Amino acid sequence: MLKGRHLIEPGDFSLEELDSIFALGDHMIEKQEDYLEVAKGKLLATLFYEPSTRTRFSFESAMLRLGGQIIGFDNPANSSVAKGETISDTLRVVSCYADIAVIRHPREGTAHLVSKAVPNMPIINAGDGGHEHPTQTLTDLMTIRHEKEDLNNLVIGVCGDLLFGRTIHSLVKTLNRYKNNRFIFISPRELKMPDQIKRQLRPGSFIETDNLDDAMHKVDILYMSRVQRERFVNEEEYLRLKDVYILTNKKMKNAKKDMIVMHPLPRVNEIATEVDADSRAVYFKQARYGMFVRMALISKLLGVD
Amino acid sequence: MINVSKLKEGIIIDHIEAGHGFEIYKELHLNDIEDVVVLLKNIPSKKMIKKDLIKIETNLQLDMTVLGLIDPNVTVNFVKDGEVSNKLNITLPEKVTGIMKCRNPRCISQYEDVGDIDFYLVDPNKKIYKCEYCDSYTTFIER
Repeated sequence: MLKGRHLIEPGDFSLEELDSIFALGDHMIEKQEDYLEVAKGKLLATLFYEPSTRTRFSFESAMLRLGGQIIGFDNPANSSVAKGETISDTLRVVSCYADIAVIRHPREGTAHLVSKAVPNMPIINAGDGGHEHPTQTLTDLMTIRHEKEDLNNLVIGVCGDLLFGRTIHSLVKTLNRYKNNRFIFISPRELKMPDQIKRQLRPGSFIETDNLDDAMHKVDILYMSRVQRERFVNEEEYLRLKDVYILTNKKMKNAKKDMIVMHPLPRVNEIATEVDADSRAVYFKQARYGMFVRMALISKLLGVD
Repeated sequence: MINVSKLKEGIIIDHIEAGHGFEIYKELHLNDIEDVVVLLKNIPSKKMIKKDLIKIETNLQLDMTVLGLIDPNVTVNFVKDGEVSNKLNITLPEKVTGIMKCRNPRCISQYEDVGDIDFYLVDPNKKIYKCEYCDSYTTFIER
């Protein structure tokens, strides 16, 4: 039963509960017309304390396609935070108006904090600093389910900024809960997967390398990520590391015929645009799966499924 | 050798590693209670060579969680009518609340008053705990 629950990190839900969301998402893809009014009369609040276009649009599209309505902001300068209000108080007030809230905030743990302040309104974490981004994980899993037809027995290459990449941390921890998945972590030394993530993985289930070429032929999924300028204190360090990995058609020649390339977007230049035409590049399909899985999640948390 | 009279009612914390007695005294906030408290340092011990010991003449309930973090080898005896009525097994706590602070500069707890933070045990050997908010790791020593 997911009605009334919060989603702060993917581990909040059991695999069965995650699968129930995916199954509903599948049905929504097939029979979108059946769900046009299920959230009629319900209000979703979107509180974005950090810039985001696609995640916010994805949630707003999801709610509107369910027949619900939305309120919110995407610039904290326009919110009561500018007057010094605590974020918990903001959410307590929002919970008087809305039925469900989505929050993105640059500070780690913010969604957990506000979920304690408003136990009666479902909170969805849409990203808290470099910590968690669980709906991106749902999006990624939904994509893998459709493109690889299984969430088990996969070799997943994860490439780029593995240190600050919250989408990657959430995805790796969640895929580790499924059976027999193995990981190749591809990153420069400065952006390696944190020990606290590796510590949670099964021994022997991952290897680390700084060489993308060597990993290309081994992976079933290549998950590329952007080196995020906003996570760096030192601009020189960012400039030195941002172009370390660029996926090109030449590199793709060594990959399996049925591998897939994923990316949480936005892309900067880590995937050359020439790769977009390759049928194995599924990163733009991901965005569509993301909307459907968010529709399913909202429906489940509101109890209108 | 200094002698301290037998306790009628209260708590004896024994087998404290020499030098840890004052830390336990501080962490249990024994300075704040009105009852009689005795801290003995560097007592000769056959097993430990030297040890510290604390006797507290009180009927207050004290939260002993912190003992497991500072020195899990201590023994705690509760005394009633001059006899040991109960012994407490000290273990490393699975969860500690309000004792540690998160050191992650990006954690929301650094910016908003979140009250007491829960920390959950991750690695008993290294006494590593994780913050309930940001999951970053810390140890009791680093707190």
